[in-house]
Amino acid sequence: MGDVILENLCAATEDHAVAATEADAVDRMPARWVAWPGTTEQTAAVMRVATHHDLAVVVRGSGTKLTWGARPERVDLVLDTSRMDKVVEHAAGDLIVVVGAGRRLDDLQGDLAGSGQRLGVDPARRGTVGGLVATAATGPSRLLHGPVRDLLIGVTVVRADGVVAHAGGKVVKNVAGYDVGKLLTGSFGTLGVITQAAFRLHPLPAARSWVSVPLSRPDGVPNSVPAGTCAPVNVQALVQQVVHSQLVPAAVELDRPPSGGVTLCLLLEGIPPGVEGRTTAALDLLGAGATARDDPPDWWGAEPFRRGEALLKVTHEIAGLAHLLTALDDVCASTGLASHLRGSVAVGAVTVGLAGIRDPADSDDPAVVHALVRCVASLRERAPAFGGTVVVLEAPGDLKDDLDVWGPVGGLELMRAVKRRFDPERRLAPGRFVGGI
Amino acid sequence: MDARGLADQLRPILGEDAIITDHQRLRTYECDGLAHYKVIPALVVLVETTAHVAAVVRACAAAKVPFVARGSGTGLSGGALPHADGVLIVMSRMREILEIDRASQRAVVEPGVVNLQLTQAAQPQGYYYAPDPSSQQVCSIGGNVAENSGGAHCLKYGFTTGHVTGLELVTPGGEVVQIGGKAVDAPGYDLLGALVGSEGTLGIATKVTVRLTRTPEAVRTLLAAFSHTDQAGAAVSAVIGAGVIPAAIEMMDALAIEAAEAAVHCDYPDGAGAVLIVELDGPAAEVAHQFDQVEEFCRDNGAFEIRVAADDAERALFWKGRKSAFAAVGRISPDYIVQDGVIPRTALPEVLRRIAAISAEAGVRVANVFHAGDGNLHPLVLFDDAVPGEAERAEQVSGAIVDLCIEYGGSITGEHGVGFDKARYMPRMFTDDDLDTMQLVRCAFDPSSISNPGKVFPTPRLCGEVPGRHKGAHPLTDAGIAEVF
Repeated sequence: MGDVILENLCAATEDHAVAATEADAVDRMPARWVAWPGTTEQTAAVMRVATHHDLAVVVRGSGTKLTWGARPERVDLVLDTSRMDKVVEHAAGDLIVVVGAGRRLDDLQGDLAGSGQRLGVDPARRGTVGGLVATAATGPSRLLHGPVRDLLIGVTVVRADGVVAHAGGKVVKNVAGYDVGKLLTGSFGTLGVITQAAFRLHPLPAARSWVSVPLSRPDGVPNSVPAGTCAPVNVQALVQQVVHSQLVPAAVELDRPPSGGVTLCLLLEGIPPGVEGRTTAALDLLGAGATARDDPPDWWGAEPFRRGEALLKVTHEIAGLAHLLTALDDVCASTGLASHLRGSVAVGAVTVGLAGIRDPADSDDPAVVHALVRCVASLRERAPAFGGTVVVLEAPGDLKDDLDVWGPVGGLELMRAVKRRFDPERRLAPGRFVGGI
Repeated sequence: MDARGLADQLRPILGEDAIITDHQRLRTYECDGLAHYKVIPALVVLVETTAHVAAVVRACAAAKVPFVARGSGTGLSGGALPHADGVLIVMSRMREILEIDRASQRAVVEPGVVNLQLTQAAQPQGYYYAPDPSSQQVCSIGGNVAENSGGAHCLKYGFTTGHVTGLELVTPGGEVVQIGGKAVDAPGYDLLGALVGSEGTLGIATKVTVRLTRTPEAVRTLLAAFSHTDQAGAAVSAVIGAGVIPAAIEMMDALAIEAAEAAVHCDYPDGAGAVLIVELDGPAAEVAHQFDQVEEFCRDNGAFEIRVAADDAERALFWKGRKSAFAAVGRISPDYIVQDGVIPRTALPEVLRRIAAISAEAGVRVANVFHAGDGNLHPLVLFDDAVPGEAERAEQVSGAIVDLCIEYGGSITGEHGVGFDKARYMPRMFTDDDLDTMQLVRCAFDPSSISNPGKVFPTPRLCGEVPGRHKGAHPLTDAGIAEVF
């Protein structure tokens, strides 16, 4: 039977299918086959094979975010998009690009830079364009350009049943029909296989300036609620001043390691005289100790995460920042964990790395695992205070089996209904998404 | 039970004065902003609370009676056109601004709140609501959510969908569901993305949480007159090509200018074959620099007169001509059709020439007003309904312009929505599979198809039973796709 399936997959992909190896496991769930369709039509053929043989399918780009979400219940086939990596159309004059889902984001940015343009996203994990959309990955410049959903103007998708559909188009302004592209954005490959995407582009800025201010933090017990300029209320007060200012920052990032220096950093972009003026104004606003550079701090846009630790995505109301920081400190103090928060505090979307205090490498220690589970639960209990949500992106060992990585979800019944319509057989990444979708 | 029968059931819940059954009064609601389609609803209810909406929708769902939500009724695609056997749910009494949360840059409003009122309420705190459809003095936020409204400034600030972070929704089954909130990125499918712009077919929003945008430090506006639209189009290309993203770039052609002059005496330069209105906003130094660039681009491309707004009053005058253009066309033609097609911006000169050719060949005048920065055309096709055959010819010209937009890789609607009016054009832009996929969303939210039926999709479909997880049956049958009629 297995031979027949592989034969069919090869027939669908011009011989781009093989038996899976250990390296193809999805979040340690072993796969049986891997197929690399080169076109939308081949992708449709692969999905028809999957339907015929009742295969569970997980879509993979370059695999940078494949561990995000819950572990799929079943992985028969890994559908790899990396052969669909062509720029289909770059209309520089119209500031749009149509690109295969398998193109790497860094490669795409390179293509666009030649025309003085960029796709306005800068997630920590670059990966492919398809993975960017499927996970709604976010980075600092989202403050200026909006999340990837706002930049996606058209999409080609292969449904679970192998039907090819398009939504949107390649013009920036378009309200014809439902915005299926937005529904697919952040759907983690559970509604369809994105094979092509069209994006709105932005010009590259002529000048950039990073203005940072260190907020002193007393040495001592990590995550003890600090006093002074880095006290939660003071951090929030400073962020509020930035938010309500006329600096129009392209990004506002806070870096808050478990001990040592807390830093608030603004990115200013535009024309040289404008950026110069706003840099001066930002230095004034941020006060003593603020410095400006024309390159980013080394932590800029990176995740506060090392293998073996846990990584959370936490959202908050912009004015709920102090509540979030306090909750994090309290929860870490009571669970004996150290937290490293970093992210877009003027958007209200940050990442939090969690590790054991003494030795991060001991995260397989049952006590640490237990502490992480309690920490996530306690943070969620406090979430109403900061008005956001807590999602576990990465967790060490089998920790994901012990907790609901997505947490409570509003509108879950509607989401389930959407899933039932798009993928009634639960063929696509079963169990990976919210509420067991 | 039919819709009229629902009146008795709802009267105790909504109150006597909230139920309209009198034929003459029902006629008040027979159309929205696209007045040539008229349908008298079976029943009109004036709701005041979420509980009212949920009660009405539940009653409709139980009786399988269709319902249509209506905000201010300014839509231009017949999206709020009533259903003859259905209930029209009028949202305009739900018009309270519930919260302005400056610190988190959000406002929470009821759907009947008028767009401009929200901006006025936020302005004293240095904020405003960015989406600004031309009808912003009367149109409601709820209607904006339904239509994913744009406006002149969406070139820089995006459409309604980028500004809504939360909704309270009454589902077509009558349940009240909270989706999103003040924070971004609620886990799960982006239901907000599906709902905003779904034209009332996925339920009714009863509370809306929106982003507020910081009032820019500087705003500068110029009006440039050209002898021909080609020159104005070239100036637009030069501006965008230089990496400048203005808050707005609007163009009007000679016939549109003539109409605006007749209606509002906006005093645009004599002899202009095209005018551009360009507005820049943002940090003062940037705006000043880029404003000089824009002026230069206009001159380089043949502008024979450039006026710079000295103050808010003058800026308002520049905009007055543009924002009143649709209504103004009434001064030069008894009837007109507004189109809303979109083309890739760089195709603008070519498409305008082809529109002119279509117009000349058919002997039907077309006035052009458009958001030049994003290629959103609003050709106004002029006709006199009293002259036999003119309406048909105008309709043909209008359809030909839609085809032109599609031929150039554009869209049949940039901001007015599909509604009732353009549903028939959808198959020109989308395949059956595309439309079928969209309707999967519809079936997930509204399996009985009672929420604003007959809009958006040219061919309704039965959704079938929600499939369970069983093997053997063809998935198409399972999903109800095989039951398309």
